[in-house]
Amino acid sequence: MSRELDGELGIDLIILGAGPAGMAAAVAARKLGLSVTVIDEQPTPGGQIWRAVDTIAATPHADILGVEYRKGAAAADAFRASGAVYEAGAQLWQIEPGSTSGFRAFVTRDGKAWTVTARAVLLATGAQERPVPFPGWTLPGVLTVGAAQILLKSARQIPAKPVVIAGCGPLPLLYATQLIAAGGQIAGFLDTSPPGRLGRALPHLTRALAKASDLWKGLGWMQTLRREGVPVIRHVAAIEALGNGRVERVYHRTHGGAEAMIAAETVFVHEGIVPNVHVAMSLGCAMAWKESQDCYVPVLDEFGETSLPGAFIAGDGAGIAGATAAGLRGEIAAIGIAAKLGALDAAEAAAKALPRRRQLERELALRPLLDAMFRPRAQVFAPADDTIVCRCEEVTAGTIRAQVKLGRPGPNQVKAFTRAGMGPCQGRQCGYTVTRVLAAAEGRPAAEVGFYRVRPPLKPVTLGELASLDTQRSLI
Amino acid sequence: MFRKLHEPTQTVTIHIGDVAVTAEAGETLAAVLLRQAEPWARVSPVSGAPRAPFCMMGVCFECLAEIEGLGAVQACLVQVSEGMRVRRLAERRELAQEVGS
Repeated sequence: MSRELDGELGIDLIILGAGPAGMAAAVAARKLGLSVTVIDEQPTPGGQIWRAVDTIAATPHADILGVEYRKGAAAADAFRASGAVYEAGAQLWQIEPGSTSGFRAFVTRDGKAWTVTARAVLLATGAQERPVPFPGWTLPGVLTVGAAQILLKSARQIPAKPVVIAGCGPLPLLYATQLIAAGGQIAGFLDTSPPGRLGRALPHLTRALAKASDLWKGLGWMQTLRREGVPVIRHVAAIEALGNGRVERVYHRTHGGAEAMIAAETVFVHEGIVPNVHVAMSLGCAMAWKESQDCYVPVLDEFGETSLPGAFIAGDGAGIAGATAAGLRGEIAAIGIAAKLGALDAAEAAAKALPRRRQLERELALRPLLDAMFRPRAQVFAPADDTIVCRCEEVTAGTIRAQVKLGRPGPNQVKAFTRAGMGPCQGRQCGYTVTRVLAAAEGRPAAEVGFYRVRPPLKPVTLGELASLDTQRSLI
Repeated sequence: MFRKLHEPTQTVTIHIGDVAVTAEAGETLAAVLLRQAEPWARVSPVSGAPRAPFCMMGVCFECLAEIEGLGAVQACLVQVSEGMRVRRLAERRELAQEVGS
């Protein structure tokens, strides 16, 4: 099914990301007769949650990763059989709307660039871990817990020596139990949840009981740590990585003021995840500040369509809700896109979406409790003056605060004056910190301060890659 | 600072600087770097401090390294292949040239 876009042949739908949402959407869109191309940075499908599931699910190590991970194998099989064109290992560096409708995506792989045009686009770009600035977080040996888990999934490797795990939320607990099952050792588990979180979460308990099995699973992880004799330190308010050129020790201080030092060459940190919204922001899609998750989320209609007609978002990129919800939201978006493109009428779309909406509602039952219980401690958003905030350009929190004396600058002025957010990661590691530091220093809500303006290229692209483009039309 | 849980059956040989390294076919260059005595991929273009893989999912760009024929790439997004030649980015000037966007 080929269509015209500004005079060029195009497909029906580009999907960015081959995680739970992107794969489910591709399968659903193909069943509804749409032509689909899926663009993904990884070499194999599954996203981060089901990373390398194609190869690992069949090995003995899949037991370490658990039943939720194994579910990804069926999803990846269905995706591969769907008939969608799958561009693996490809980076999107720009996407632009057509002059009347449709989209053109600019992609590179192995030094070659090309474009894909389509009538609609679905951003299924998932989430990234929330940036956690603390003294020493740029030292080799500091990784995110998500990174450590990706290494377990994709390379089947674990830290060689006892590791410090510091953070808040389900992922540090899950990874800790997986690491123990894999034969790894934990020198200290630093729980950074502040005191009183349980009380704040209790009002959400009744609704959460609809997903009681997941609650029990979380309690089981904590019991595993205790049974294995892992030192668990609660209410940790501050950490610091120290060492000469790499991590050698980890300092920590609790909310009550108790201090200690742990010898370790690796420390894994995690303070929750935030939607990956760079592509949506670059398209100019309307965003809203979500207080309960301390992040921006796109403004979406009931099928996941953004404020830009034809651009849809599904999965954790639409707001953190987990893998099962991501798959359902991917299917609902595919139905909405099919209706938009005329492959379904409105009544058919509503009828097809209904059972998935009901399932999604059940799936989201636990979310308010998780959000309240694992909301990051205040220190995550208020690093000390000498702490590096922008890793790429080594700009400290103090440098950013100093800008406030010059007026009430927003993130873009601070970027221009300090170079924070100007390095290769393009603000992915400092954007939220800069917003929060400015908000606190200026006495304004984060929602009002805003975020960096995100501009293409979304990933660095070389002149050689630009020269290899198969079209010059859009570069004029 | 990392070790593998298994003995890989399919291996490739790559070169990191002058050192020949055995790696598992299909794993990422960043995973291999983290098993080396020197786990760093590049230095900060500002202070010259060493940086090693941090996020493993293409977000942080700390694992930029130079692969012969490809230039500076994110090591966490590249699968190793037989004969791959890798160079750590040790100087500010070269990093600025390769990566500037």
